Amino acid sequence: MEDILAQAKKVAERVEVFQVSSKVTPIHFEANRLKQIQDKESTRTAIRLIKGGKVGFAQASGFIEPETLVEMAVETCQFGMPAKFDFPNPKVYPKIDTFDLQIDAVTIDDMVELGEQLIAKIRQHTSDILCEASISRGIASVHIINSEGGEASYNKSLFSMGFEGVLIKDEDMLFVGDSHSSCHPALDFRPIAEEVIKQLELAKRNVSISTKPVPVIFTPHGVASSLIAPLVSAFNGKLVLDGASSLKDKLGEQIFDKNFFLWDDSTLPYQVASYPCDDEGVPSQRTALIDNGAVSHFFYDLQTAALANTQSTGNGSRHGGLPTPSPSSLVIGKGDTSFRDMVVDIKEGLVVEFLIGAEQGNILNGDFSGNVLLGYKIENGEITGRVKDTMVAGNVYQVLKQLEAIGNDPRWVEGFLLTPCLYCSSLSVASRAG
Amino acid sequence: MQDKIANSLKGHNADYVEIRLEENKATRIIYRGNRLEEIGRTSSLGGNVRALIKGGWGFVSFNNVNKLRDKVELAVNQARLVGKETSKFSRLEPVTDVVTAEIEKNPTAVPLAYKKKLFDEYNDIILSTPKIQTSNIGYNDSQRKITFASSEGTYIEQTKVDISLRLAAIASEDGQVQQIGLSLGSQGDFSAIEGLQEQVKQMAHRAVGLLSAPQAKGGEYIVVLDPVLAGVFVHEAFGHLSEADHVYENKRLQDIMVLGRKFGDKHLNIVDGAAVSGLRGSYKYDDEGVSASKTYLIREGILESRLHSRETAAIMGENPTGNARAINYLFPPIVRMTNTYIEPRILSFEDIISDIKEGIYAKDWYGGTTSLEMFTFSAAEAYMICNGKIAELLRPVVLSGNVFVTLGNIDAIGNDLQMNQGGGCGKREQSPLPVSNGSPHIRIRSCLVGGS
Repeated sequence: MEDILAQAKKVAERVEVFQVSSKVTPIHFEANRLKQIQDKESTRTAIRLIKGGKVGFAQASGFIEPETLVEMAVETCQFGMPAKFDFPNPKVYPKIDTFDLQIDAVTIDDMVELGEQLIAKIRQHTSDILCEASISRGIASVHIINSEGGEASYNKSLFSMGFEGVLIKDEDMLFVGDSHSSCHPALDFRPIAEEVIKQLELAKRNVSISTKPVPVIFTPHGVASSLIAPLVSAFNGKLVLDGASSLKDKLGEQIFDKNFFLWDDSTLPYQVASYPCDDEGVPSQRTALIDNGAVSHFFYDLQTAALANTQSTGNGSRHGGLPTPSPSSLVIGKGDTSFRDMVVDIKEGLVVEFLIGAEQGNILNGDFSGNVLLGYKIENGEITGRVKDTMVAGNVYQVLKQLEAIGNDPRWVEGFLLTPCLYCSSLSVASRAG
Repeated sequence: MQDKIANSLKGHNADYVEIRLEENKATRIIYRGNRLEEIGRTSSLGGNVRALIKGGWGFVSFNNVNKLRDKVELAVNQARLVGKETSKFSRLEPVTDVVTAEIEKNPTAVPLAYKKKLFDEYNDIILSTPKIQTSNIGYNDSQRKITFASSEGTYIEQTKVDISLRLAAIASEDGQVQQIGLSLGSQGDFSAIEGLQEQVKQMAHRAVGLLSAPQAKGGEYIVVLDPVLAGVFVHEAFGHLSEADHVYENKRLQDIMVLGRKFGDKHLNIVDGAAVSGLRGSYKYDDEGVSASKTYLIREGILESRLHSRETAAIMGENPTGNARAINYLFPPIVRMTNTYIEPRILSFEDIISDIKEGIYAKDWYGGTTSLEMFTFSAAEAYMICNGKIAELLRPVVLSGNVFVTLGNIDAIGNDLQMNQGGGCGKREQSPLPVSNGSPHIRIRSCLVGGS
């Protein structure tokens, strides 16, 4: 890395070199049994340089001569955007726990046993279910240096376990699933088994629902698959800057339920989305995005923050190119109502567990619309069974403007979202059966 | 290099071993509004080894391509830990071949300044349209050289070039934000994305038009899909379910997906094939060294065959179709679509809509996904159909169906097949894989539409 920095300094005013190396070992179970063991090792080096006031970028995976990488970046500089930021050189970084030494003690045999136990537990409940599971352990190392003397590096341990099951009866397919990830090697299959068994219990029989607006409860998975994509784009500083966010001129306004809170938090210990610094070397922080229902802040990287006359929130993240604003862990504030009390309150309604296709509508406007892959009907305060061939459609700003209740039972889903159940008074439902 | 690879593959007590090495050079350009936000180049060198023993797989990926023999040994040891049954893998005669990319206007030879000038022009067209708030343009090109060798003696070098371009116009007024996108691609010919000025202009005007359009009312409708959206429909509604890796170890799904089963009326023919040339999903050999083919998934409404890797074909006792694809060296090949389409029939667009009293005409795609049984696909543009005529513009709609019902509900197929090259397919973690989809106009007599 130092070689590349030295080479680039000869031709550019300012330079940053970013390197990430990882070694990950996933194992995959298919059709109830172990099918594949993988070992993936990769190293990626990216260079960002500023020459003539403009940003150039190049990246290499695998071996490359430092001169070649620098030449590639220089070639792009003449067309690059004017740099409005300085590479950071903070003296201290927050201490964020992202590495658990225990990861090295996890053997492939441990992982195989864990997967077998998980599948056995679920098949003990429903013997006909066909299971797929993945368990993965890994280590990633991030290192950033820049020409302003800034330097940051950290290691992260990663452990994840995911389960998907399908139960087929005649032409009816039922999909259930759950996953868990952490920097701790959590060698316990029970939380996932319990969640999946709960889904199987609630979906035991199919019931029909009619086409009309009804009250809806989003479970934590339901929140992740329905409401998060429009919120993430609306709070992205870059979309705000472009005027493409519905919230562009709403800073400080209370447009959500006054009990609704949302944070971006990269400082939570041992969460897979946590880090001491982002991919530009900016220290991590907790940022309130929605505070008592008011739009409190947007999330930024260095360049976007500079263009918007504000500070980076430590959300510069690389997805194969230049850093761009991306959320770390998202946390929705918990309320005081149990799931049970929400269900009891509903005469006729729907619980949304998994929605597919919701990210394919006009999310910029806050719209979501999708097919209820897994959802349950509520009749007279009781869950009566699973609904299918059913679509829901709504707008995230209308749904979150006034919530009937917020759950007291937050849960991590998809590795990046901690959320309780959310209960909204009315959502449009369309069903083939109805 | 060929000898080095061949030597690394020798002397392992495995049922099958393969090595894949890949060199990739890519360029990406992103505009947001009037900012050329990112212009960057990437280069990548890496590979993988996959080994099969007694039905179990080991897979090792790496960037450091030295010491290949050690990597083969690691993959073989992993496979040995997994395998407890008998390997089933279709037989294949060894092949030695070098496949080059023959391209009219290779993007790697087009100067950055030339690309920038073209995109500046498209961007100016979008941004100069009244009520347009901003624009997005994302361009990617890549050239990959893939070397594949197996313990059976196959050695293939293939060079593949791919181009994709996505343009979006975003209109805004009174707190409402609406957008329309245009996606294009080609198997390397840069001229496929030139000369789009008129299309880009229309796209920007349509985005503005959506600001004052009403939302559809949710429910079941007669819908007519244009060739682009019908292509996404066939990909989501049926293509994924024909991928044999969903079926090969699932006895119940095999009973449902039994060859010879009726899925639609006699007019329905659905094809997938990388041997259909000149499209983004076209190639000579798949990532297991199997020659590309053209496969009738549905012929005259009847399930005729499905898409296979060598393993799924052997286990199901069917023929391999050359559909095992890996997005890059970080992943093992899995069963994927290539170029998927509904074959054209004889009806004109007017024939299709003339007797519809009330329905929805949905055009162009925004996205699509499937759970195999239930699927959704979203239109970028939609209109009411009233008394056989196209009526008012609607906000974009999300449509949803059930594979066992919806294909049988197709009651009219047009004569105007078009292939869309702008799509990318995602499966497991491998996305976006270059594919193409297509269809003529089709009519579905009952389809669920999400709405207010």
